[in-house]
Amino acid sequence: MVTFKIDGREFKAEEGQTVLQVARENGIDIPTLCHHEAIEPYGACRLCIVEVSKGRRARIVTSCLYPVAEGLDVKTNSPRVISNRTMLVELLLARCSKNKVINELASQMGINQSIIRPEYIEVEDCMVCGLCVRTCEQVVGVSAISLVNRGITKEPASPFLEPARDCIGCGSCFYICPTGAIKMEDKGDTRYLYNWKAEFKLKKCKVCGNFWAPEKQLDYIRKKWNLPEDFFDICPTCK
Amino acid sequence: MVTKISNQLSSKQELVDLRKELLKNKKTDRPVISLCNGTACRPYGCLRLADAFKQELAKQGLENKVELRITGCHGLCEKGPIVIIDPGGIFYQQLTVEDVPEILSETVTKGNIIDRLLHTDPATGRKVVHRNEIPFYKKQKRNILGNNVEINFASIEDYISIGGYAALAKVLLEMTPEQIIDEVKRSGLRGRGGAGFPTGAKWETCRHAPGDIKYVIVNADEGDPGAYANEGLLSGNPHSVLEGLIIGAYAIGANQGYVYVRNEYPLALANVTIALDQAERFGLLGDNILGSGFDFNVRINRGGGAFVCGESTALMASLEGKVGEPRAKYVHTVEKGLWNRPSDLNNVETWANIPLIINEGADWYRTLGTEGSKGTKIFSLVGKINNTGLVEVPMGITLREIIYDIGGGIRGGKKFKAVQTGGPSGGCLPESLLDLPVDFDELSKAGSMMGSGGMIVMDETTCMVDIAKYFLTFLEEESCGKCLPCREGIKRMRQVFDEITEGRGSEKDIEFLEQLSATLVDSSLCGLGQTAPNPVLTTIRYFRDEYEAHIKEKRCPAGVCKALTHYYIIEEKCPGCGICVKECPQEAITFMGKKKPVVMDESKCIKCGVCCDVCKMGAIGKR
Repeated sequence: MVTFKIDGREFKAEEGQTVLQVARENGIDIPTLCHHEAIEPYGACRLCIVEVSKGRRARIVTSCLYPVAEGLDVKTNSPRVISNRTMLVELLLARCSKNKVINELASQMGINQSIIRPEYIEVEDCMVCGLCVRTCEQVVGVSAISLVNRGITKEPASPFLEPARDCIGCGSCFYICPTGAIKMEDKGDTRYLYNWKAEFKLKKCKVCGNFWAPEKQLDYIRKKWNLPEDFFDICPTCK
Repeated sequence: MVTKISNQLSSKQELVDLRKELLKNKKTDRPVISLCNGTACRPYGCLRLADAFKQELAKQGLENKVELRITGCHGLCEKGPIVIIDPGGIFYQQLTVEDVPEILSETVTKGNIIDRLLHTDPATGRKVVHRNEIPFYKKQKRNILGNNVEINFASIEDYISIGGYAALAKVLLEMTPEQIIDEVKRSGLRGRGGAGFPTGAKWETCRHAPGDIKYVIVNADEGDPGAYANEGLLSGNPHSVLEGLIIGAYAIGANQGYVYVRNEYPLALANVTIALDQAERFGLLGDNILGSGFDFNVRINRGGGAFVCGESTALMASLEGKVGEPRAKYVHTVEKGLWNRPSDLNNVETWANIPLIINEGADWYRTLGTEGSKGTKIFSLVGKINNTGLVEVPMGITLREIIYDIGGGIRGGKKFKAVQTGGPSGGCLPESLLDLPVDFDELSKAGSMMGSGGMIVMDETTCMVDIAKYFLTFLEEESCGKCLPCREGIKRMRQVFDEITEGRGSEKDIEFLEQLSATLVDSSLCGLGQTAPNPVLTTIRYFRDEYEAHIKEKRCPAGVCKALTHYYIIEEKCPGCGICVKECPQEAITFMGKKKPVVMDESKCIKCGVCCDVCKMGAIGKR
């Protein structure tokens, strides 16, 4: 166990825990976009920055990755944190100017108008947090998509920008995306995952006749858990 | 070639014996032609020269009487191809194949000097015969690079004969790992890759980090524009880097090493591959090295061209076969690095310093340099300077000494404006700081950094706003794109520079650049983003007037930014010769008859500047 401070309050925590974990367990709000507790921390969006000091030297670190340590003094809302975080949100807003989540975040930070020249404002939804890619790899276990390119051209994409061959259509990427950048739609007996140019035939429930999940996803689960052939013939609602 | 050495060396004594034999067989009275075959000399045709020397030696019957030594970079790349003829150290430059017969028949055979091939001191205009008298070399301290001229870069025998691998034998059989680390710590050696972290302390942490499997890595992914210091060293003397690496591995307790070399360095890659193979054959790599019981193997990995892979964690990700993206270093790589195991990564130059420290001792090593920075540092001296090349100087030498005494001053008699140290994330330092002693601490106090050794000299024709934009553009392309401030922030900065250099800058821009810089420094994930604002901040700090001229007066003082530069005819100087009329690609200049000044239509002008270049009368003005 280590003892340390967040915003003047003393906490005890297990070694190896991150500052963000301890803060959230204790109801201290630190904003994040690229973080999800089911997935390894990544440190891309930088919104969770805090100021830490041990002794005299204070520095800005990302709380999602920074491990707690004995005697650490963490400030989640120091002027330095706020000014950096405000600039980060400015950068997000300039990229995702029409995005609802980002706009809400900006207005919470008190940003009403972007400081970036209007002609350079973009209307992306994706802010390259990589949650979709990391979920597909770490939770689903198929790695059907990845981040491609470098720098400002970096984006999540299917291999060679062709229809994602390994995608099972589970939609985890769609559900986890914090900004709604991934477009998925079920129409009749087909699911469309537009970002990965993929289409999936949906399974029809033998009882209610509803199309309820992609056949490829159900096959993947069945094989992984060694389930009988007819295991998914009936949808969970009718079971 | 000695035949006996096909067998592996199994003890220190065998290494000593081998060295004696090599020295005995080496006919010391033989003249030596040491021909630079380094990367910079290659475009000048040094490979053809090597062939020409071989053929001519045979023709003149000198094959066995003269040694032709093909070497790595000699340093004075500006004047390549270079040859040094020993005894005497006669220095010839800018050779062509036609010069070869005469060099052999006159200089090598008779000892006559060929005047036209001699070096001219740019400062005095005097010819210099001997290498040691050339001002470029005089003020240098070529402790590390110096051996480049002494050995064939593909010969382990040459390296051993100048005392190579003696330091390895010494540490393996006479020193404990703790003693080695102590020696390196006491030497004061700091990492030559840029950050300047004390090497001994890094090794110590790695040695004490929990885990049985540890790794040592050579970072040869030097990607700074204009820098080739690591290339010159790794291609010219690969065994010195390898020897340092093996010593480090033994001190740290690693049995596996990696050389991560960028694929754009074909010569370095080839020579380090040869060196590795030779060291294995000689038993200096592999199991039970020199009978010490220590096992160590090395693999070479080629970098795929991403600048960010020079960053330690990105390099390790790349070694693991993943995308070269950095990760947070809150847990250091010496504790959890490559495959989550303790890993020590050092720069090429850092490793090459190790044998020297072991051979000469930490006390000797400490005599060179400043309080906080010991030893020498290799720089790629490039830009608007007379003597471009690889220089090695003692820490603490001033920028002025490097630029004027070694570099021979600014090219074309122009005025010095700035020097950029530390690659694209370094700072641009002005004339007022020319007397700054070059060491880790002084450079970072001035807002720049040591970096891996780039030194770009700029003259009065360089626009500092344009330069900052250039480096931002480079970093924008090379950012891995993982973290928001680096990916989005550098782009936004570059956009502001587009506006300023195109005459649409506003007075708030400088303040915005400073604010954005502060966020990049504070909140970027890795060193690339954290240091990316350096060129911006230093140019604002030292050349604010140029920014103001661009923003307020819509004027580029150096005449570089096209949108802000206007060409015009100085009528009283124009004789109406019409050469500019012929050369102008836009037909923007009209011939008005002989002896009448030409007329320019500015609306057609694309500001290529060709009129200015061709006019011998100086009748084209620029404002």
